[in-house]
Amino acid sequence: MAILQSPAGKKTAWTLVDIFVIVYALFPVLWILSLSLKSSETLADKSFFPTDISFEHYETIFSADVSLFIRPLINSIGISVIATLIAVVFGTMAAYAIARLDFPGKRALVGVSLLIAMFPQISLISPLFEMERALGLFDTWPGLILPFVTFALPLAIYTLSAFFREIPWELEKAAKMDGATPGQAFRKVIAPLAAPGVFTTAILVFIFCWNDFLFAISLTSTENARTVPAALAFFTGASQFETPTGSLSAAAVIITIPIIVFVLFFQRRIVAGLTSGAVKG
Amino acid sequence: MAEIVLDKVSKRYPDGALAVSEVSIDIADGEFIILVGPSGCGKSTTLNMVAGLEDISSGELRIDGERVNEKAPKDRDIAMVFQSYALYPHMSVRENMAFPLRLAKVDDATVNRKVNEAAEILDLTAHLDRKPANLSGGQRQRVAMGRAIVRNPKAFLMDEPLSNLDAKLRVQMRTSVSKLQKQLGTTTLYVTHDQTEAMTLGDRVVVLRGGHVQQIGSPQHLYDNPANLFVAGFIGSPSMNFFPGQIAEGSVRSPLGTVPLPDRLKDAVQAGSGQRDVIVGIRPEHFEDASLMDDASRERGGLVTVKVDVLESMGSDAYAHFTVEQSEAIESAELAELAADSGRTDTGSDTGFTARLSAATTARAGEPIELWFDTDKLQLFDPSSGKNLVSVE
Repeated sequence: MAILQSPAGKKTAWTLVDIFVIVYALFPVLWILSLSLKSSETLADKSFFPTDISFEHYETIFSADVSLFIRPLINSIGISVIATLIAVVFGTMAAYAIARLDFPGKRALVGVSLLIAMFPQISLISPLFEMERALGLFDTWPGLILPFVTFALPLAIYTLSAFFREIPWELEKAAKMDGATPGQAFRKVIAPLAAPGVFTTAILVFIFCWNDFLFAISLTSTENARTVPAALAFFTGASQFETPTGSLSAAAVIITIPIIVFVLFFQRRIVAGLTSGAVKG
Repeated sequence: MAEIVLDKVSKRYPDGALAVSEVSIDIADGEFIILVGPSGCGKSTTLNMVAGLEDISSGELRIDGERVNEKAPKDRDIAMVFQSYALYPHMSVRENMAFPLRLAKVDDATVNRKVNEAAEILDLTAHLDRKPANLSGGQRQRVAMGRAIVRNPKAFLMDEPLSNLDAKLRVQMRTSVSKLQKQLGTTTLYVTHDQTEAMTLGDRVVVLRGGHVQQIGSPQHLYDNPANLFVAGFIGSPSMNFFPGQIAEGSVRSPLGTVPLPDRLKDAVQAGSGQRDVIVGIRPEHFEDASLMDDASRERGGLVTVKVDVLESMGSDAYAHFTVEQSEAIESAELAELAADSGRTDTGSDTGFTARLSAATTARAGEPIELWFDTDKLQLFDPSSGKNLVSVE
């Protein structure tokens, strides 16, 4: 194992491990990408690389009836963004209170929020379905945003309170001594420092909402609020004997793009925030 | 500029713990007051109450004659320097120092002028556009000071501002803090657990123990006339030596031998007739190598022969550590607390005594030596209450 001891050997070994992990993780994604680029005739040719690149499936899903893909895509973006915003705003406030303040029932609050996060969502589907129908929320945006926020909030509170605990309390005291009101101290000192945490949480919550299939399939019935993961289940081929493999692949590739954009966009900020400087030492 | 009055200020936590008990201090305008004591003595709590970061349970805090108990920190117009400096990591040095002014909605020109002035005073002009993370410990400390001085507050509060610096820098910064305070003439309340800082910086020193004020006075007064065993043991480095002793017929008997009481002490203890137990205290610097003394001076003190365990030569003088035979050990809560605070109980050397001798001493480790001590400088304490028998206020 002498080669692993030398710096160069170590580097090579790690590079190989990294490549293996990346290939292992990305192979299914690449396969989907490859499928989506094959023409209908060559779909089943069993070759990994498409012989001729064609965008016909992309054209199909965007040129077909709006309710098939475009409308669900708009629903997905709208519902996920709104749910993320709500969860992050409320999560920030709740996490700040949990990290900083001592109030009666704090432990109970943390316990309950953890309980919600752990609760099997499937067991709530029937009651939610009945309740939303009674309240007129079924198959509407709020009807999905509400359960999304409910389940994303504990996640947001947990990640954010860890970040808030990292921020020295003395900074806030210093801000108060410098003449800041509690609101100013939060806005000008605490919030900028918590920004990396807020962005991380936003990504996690967004991914959770974006990927959700269970609520989307159960609590929607039309293109009114159906999101892409649910809509994919309704894809049909040209005839009932044909699986819409190409269209499904194209749609799957399309819905992966926002996640990648989201992560790349915020990743910069997270790294910038984390390296902006320690407090003391 | 302001005078600050603490009138029987107490802090009781919701769990019933009494952190600060009826502390009364009158701080004059422009005075530099040090709050000193071992950890957990309530000094930081007291400071936080003055700052407004903690509520006052009872008593009254007045700034310039006005009760401020209920005022928020931002309305008290006092600035604070924290132990961790608490610089805002996302702001540059300039923005850090400008922060209090921006919050006060001062116009840009004035902000720039004041920040530049403060940077000039603190020698930070070259670093104004850097982030705190890129500064050294001393520079960060100065930025924290700068943030406090830019808005000319009524008073400065400093919570162990030098304790995160290394020893050499701490001595330098001590001098500059003192200079800065004299230059600005701003009332300052300074918390430290370091008795050297307390002695060198303050106009007056407040010694706290367990939330109670032990003594308030100038550093020299505390050194010469400690009110009780705790102050005596806390002030001075190395700390005072204590021996059990008895007073009888105008002389005091202790492991150092029987010596006549000097007049100063004689009058004070005359009231108690007959024999009584005392604790005798003497500072290391009031010992001397007897062979270096001329006869006339030897007359004025007592002599004792001890065996030197360890001799530490400092160049300018030498510390001789020795032990003496003593029938019973001193039992005192005050001394036990001091020992615990300084970590002496952990090292197991709490029976040792120290004498500071001239560098010319012929003492050697492991050999006996005759020590002279200045009986005039003896301190006598009541063993049960710990009070100084000679109370000079």
